[in-house]
Amino acid sequence: MTDNKKGSWLTVALLTPTSMWFLFMLVMPMIVVVIFSFGERSAVGGYVASFTFDQYANLPARLKAFTNTLTFAPIGTFLSLIIAYPLAYYLAVKVDRRWRLLLLVLVIVPFWTSLLIRTYAWIFILGGRGIPTLLEFIGLEGIRMINTPFAVYVGIVYGYLPLMVFPIYVSLEKLDKNLLEASNDLGGTPWRTFMQVTLPLSMPGVATGCMLVFILLMGEFLIPAFLGGGKIFFLGNALVDLFVQSRNWPFGSALAVTLVIIMVVTVSLYMRLTLGGKNGRDQSLM
Amino acid sequence: MEHNPSQLAQASKVDVPDIQFVGVTKRFGNVAAVDNVDLSVESGAFFSFLGPSGCGKTTSLRMIAGFEQPTEGNVYINGQSVVGIPPHKRHVNMVFQQYALFPHMDVADNIGYGLRQRAPRPSKSEIAKRVDETLELVRLEGYGNRRVWEMSGGQQQRVALARALINHPTVLLLDEPLAALDRKLRREMQIELQTLQRDVGITFVLVTHDQEEALSMSDQICIMNEGRIVQTGSPRDLYDDPVSRYVADFVGKSNFFEGDVVDVNAGSYSIKSATGQVFSGFGSKGAPALVKGGKASIAVRPELLSIGSADGGNIDADVKILGQIKNRIFLGEHTEYLVECEGLGEVLVLSPKHIENIRGTFEPGASVTLGWMNDIALALGD
Repeated sequence: MTDNKKGSWLTVALLTPTSMWFLFMLVMPMIVVVIFSFGERSAVGGYVASFTFDQYANLPARLKAFTNTLTFAPIGTFLSLIIAYPLAYYLAVKVDRRWRLLLLVLVIVPFWTSLLIRTYAWIFILGGRGIPTLLEFIGLEGIRMINTPFAVYVGIVYGYLPLMVFPIYVSLEKLDKNLLEASNDLGGTPWRTFMQVTLPLSMPGVATGCMLVFILLMGEFLIPAFLGGGKIFFLGNALVDLFVQSRNWPFGSALAVTLVIIMVVTVSLYMRLTLGGKNGRDQSLM
Repeated sequence: MEHNPSQLAQASKVDVPDIQFVGVTKRFGNVAAVDNVDLSVESGAFFSFLGPSGCGKTTSLRMIAGFEQPTEGNVYINGQSVVGIPPHKRHVNMVFQQYALFPHMDVADNIGYGLRQRAPRPSKSEIAKRVDETLELVRLEGYGNRRVWEMSGGQQQRVALARALINHPTVLLLDEPLAALDRKLRREMQIELQTLQRDVGITFVLVTHDQEEALSMSDQICIMNEGRIVQTGSPRDLYDDPVSRYVADFVGKSNFFEGDVVDVNAGSYSIKSATGQVFSGFGSKGAPALVKGGKASIAVRPELLSIGSADGGNIDADVKILGQIKNRIFLGEHTEYLVECEGLGEVLVLSPKHIENIRGTFEPGASVTLGWMNDIALALGD
């Protein structure tokens, strides 16, 4: 930058909009939230300036929301992964080129409708007159699906699957197919070829997909509210409740700050585990 | 190395060819990539498939490796039919065109990959020992811990070779292995591959479109065109006795004088060109006989042509034609002339240095006489 004045001027000009966006839309709101979290709730709700740790001391009151989020988010991510991987593999490796684009579009199509409406639809599918009624025909009576953890997981996998499929698809699609033939040629059975070549080389996609789904799940509130029937509360639900219903902004802010800290810690640990270390080059390509 | 060539030669019975194709056809849709091919590769040979892209050479190689299955016919490895047997159960290994080294493994892990797939799996120390030996074989001692992308093209090539050779395959398959290297390195690797093949005593089957590569390394060359074998033989056989104009054109350089066959006389043919001149030449060994009235070409290699002054006095030749020098390239040990001969087209002449020293050189634009002896001219069909 120092060598070329014109170049450095251009760099600054190009970076300014982004920097401004980050500053006003991300950094400043975060600062506001942090300041609020040390304040107090006024009698009519909202925020009164103060400096107290009371809100943080009060966090155990919402312990269930923490444990729920930290259970459903990782398990939901894992379920999405094991369902998305075979699908992505099929799309990237197995399917005839002619059909590939069509099938990829089909994976995205649900995104064209609001998640709210699609999740609402699941209430009917899993509700009393949906799948349980069908199961009664084959003699399985009294199975309840809606308002159970099962329903929440169904909603999670359904809503987040494309976010998992695409990064994995991309990393499998750019995988050099000669490598698979080479492994096969050297005596590797199809299964061992998958375990030793395909899977390790698709790890960047797996890591990206898991990260996307996990981070978004940590803030999820729609799916548990609709499909968990008010019994399964995530941190997202607690935040909606605190900011919108009970108008306890300082406590809500303390919760939000804690959520951000948990996310930063888990995601950086995860990145360390999957992206760091000896496979540095290939995986930095993601 | 724990194995030696004589042991290997004993293990695979000498009279059973390592590879045999019997009536092999491979179709992709309606297109026959390989069309009714019969061939056999003797044990310990350096065998090359040579031909332009799309001639079926790569498909043939892939059928040996097991990546493709023949539509018709039978492929034998070491006397056993391998039709339907997947690649991981065949005792052949391949060096891929772009090497296909595993980017997430270091050099040693790449080379040891084949051994790790074995059941029972050799011990870690056994694998490490074999990897070290193989690294030494391809002159990459001490490179085991390198990442493959840190290696140069030539080094990656050696890693790919080592990764295949460590398994002691019956046959080593090489798919255009030198195509990605620069000219100088390619020359070095050609020599190295040849030496390596003699040292390890394994049968090599090479696929290439580069005639120089095939000529310089192989014992046997199989020239293919449009899915069929045109001619199989030693490099010298192919050069001296091509069965068709296609082979003569593909192996080395040649001049062709086209015309109609006007006389057939005990393996010798006379061909009348469009200019009315009559040239004669011998039929090639193994080539189908030419028929009177049919089209044919007289083929003369550029190094077998003599070049002299326009009066034609100073060259000793049965046939003489006149022309004008269009272009001259000095190549050191010889000079290459491109001569325009009226009605016959451009003729390439290679004139050796020691002749030039005596007779002098000719300037572009000069009128010259070209001549050759009848016994070096070949009469070839297309």
